[in-house]
Amino acid sequence: MAKVKTLDDLRKMKDQLKSKISLRENGENPESMVQIKVSMSTCGIASGAKEIMGFFVDEFDNQGLDAVVTQTGCMGYCYAEPTIEVTKPGEKPLVFGNVTTDKAMEIIEKYIKEGELVDGIIPDSYETIE
Amino acid sequence: MGKFKSHILVCGGTGCRASRGEEIVENLQAALQENGLHKEVQVVRTGCFGFCEKGPVVKMVPDNTFYVHVEPEDASELVLEHMVKGRKVERLLYLDPETKERISDSKHMGFYKKQYRIALRNCGFINPENIDEYIARDGYAALGKALVDMQPDAVIQMIKASGLRGRGGGGFPTGLKWELTRKSVADQKYVVCNADEGDPGAFMDRSILEGDPHSVLEAMAICGYCIGADTGLIYIRAEYPLAIQRLKTAIDQARDYGVLGNDIFGTGFNFDVEIRYGAGAFVCGEETALIHSMEGLRGEPTVKPPFPAERGYKDKPTNVNNVETLANIAPILLKGSECSVRSVMKRAKEPRFLPWPGRSTMWGLLRYPWALPCAKLFLILAEVSKAAKSSRPCRRVDLRGAA
Ligand SMILES: Cc1cc2nc3c(=O)[nH]c(=O)nc-3n(C[C@H](O)[C@H](O)[C@H](O)COP(=O)(O)O)c2cc1C
Ligand code: FES
Repeated sequence: MAKVKTLDDLRKMKDQLKSKISLRENGENPESMVQIKVSMSTCGIASGAKEIMGFFVDEFDNQGLDAVVTQTGCMGYCYAEPTIEVTKPGEKPLVFGNVTTDKAMEIIEKYIKEGELVDGIIPDSYETIE
Repeated sequence: MGKFKSHILVCGGTGCRASRGEEIVENLQAALQENGLHKEVQVVRTGCFGFCEKGPVVKMVPDNTFYVHVEPEDASELVLEHMVKGRKVERLLYLDPETKERISDSKHMGFYKKQYRIALRNCGFINPENIDEYIARDGYAALGKALVDMQPDAVIQMIKASGLRGRGGGGFPTGLKWELTRKSVADQKYVVCNADEGDPGAFMDRSILEGDPHSVLEAMAICGYCIGADTGLIYIRAEYPLAIQRLKTAIDQARDYGVLGNDIFGTGFNFDVEIRYGAGAFVCGEETALIHSMEGLRGEPTVKPPFPAERGYKDKPTNVNNVETLANIAPILLKGSECSVRSVMKRAKEPRFLPWPGRSTMWGLLRYPWALPCAKLFLILAEVSKAAKSSRPCRRVDLRGAA
């Protein structure tokens, strides 16, 4: 039995399938969307960075938000793991420490969606050499 | 459906497979399993990335890390370092020959930076054996649009306006060819895809068929709608086993989904595709010889006229197009004729493949606008070859086939 009987079927199908490759498509131009880097070093993983990363991936997917979640090495804030760095398009990156799933939800709802700052920001105290 | 947080794209093109690409896939899967990541990280075989000389190529997504010259033995390190610890494996990153720096994102590599891809849009991006990934990238939407919303003449006008010209060598305007075949009156017509690719050292057509077979099937169906044909034939040389296998898989999936077969999109339009094998004779790439070969006759050219558009396969009007020509069709319908007009010149506007075979220090597939002035092309190629560490400067560009 044919799965695609009308053009509408195809469009619906495309919408459902999009998420399968959105990871790749978003990865092509990460600058245009929210980017989250999760610090995944031994200290981060031991403090639950993996669960946090999974939480972001799932939550963005559930809410249909375009975002790129990647992992990175230790950011040096081992006292505040799990740490994540959030970059909204055109804005400077912000680092949040001691991120729990509740905190992660707050970051999504308040900072990412509304632009409000939330507690837990680690002040930017460094510059990266070019 | 499980949610993967990362994808590992492994090149499944012939070049990379020949360098044990399949083993890399197996080893990666085993390493992921070992580290309990198999539900989070998906390994996907894709078509050729175009950077065959640096193969096997493995790309990590979404952070876009591009690893080159990967060996199966590197799999566990890649998983352990990149996926588990989040550190890039420096030694497998591409080394910029000029700056001597390791570059991780392919977008910053000289090789890709200046290219503009239409026909290769999906190669190295989707799994060519999975129609779902093609559909997710707007696959078959052009066919849907043509069948449901457009008259054949309007489609032909669009192709004409795009300036698309045949990539089989003759450079004949594609829209005009479709129009001529449409005008021929007959009870049966055929769409033929020329996948003979006889030119020595050429591998653009093969790369498309291996990397994005559905794009060719979709275009054949669109052509069938325009000229009034319900049968498509792909003439492909038997020396292309992987391309044949991927085509067969694609045809089966397309039939299963109903985008090939009867009453496509409920419009009453029928179209199906068959594969015909060639024994690999150069001359059988010529369209009249190709048609004779398919008819079981000697593969010899005959004088034109009559053109295939008037009398072709089994003496019926037949539209013969090259693989690469067809791969350009869907984007034109979806994005408009203008999508291929990147240069101000009136003729030959869309990007052209430059296969880069043979004894150069670097080889692969590149794409540039066809109407690029030669001087500019030289400059770009000089840069690319510098990026590829070529000891000799670019001295000659061959714009024909090598034959
Ligand atoms: C000797 C000879 C060999 C040819 N070989 C090929 C070939 O390998 N592949 C191909 O697509 N066209 C080949 N052609 C061109 C075809 O005859 C035909 O023009 C082409 O397939 C038409 O498709 P297009 O309009 O999309 O370019 C060859 C022509 C000649 C004269
Ligand atoms: S075959 Fe792998 S990049 Fe071309």
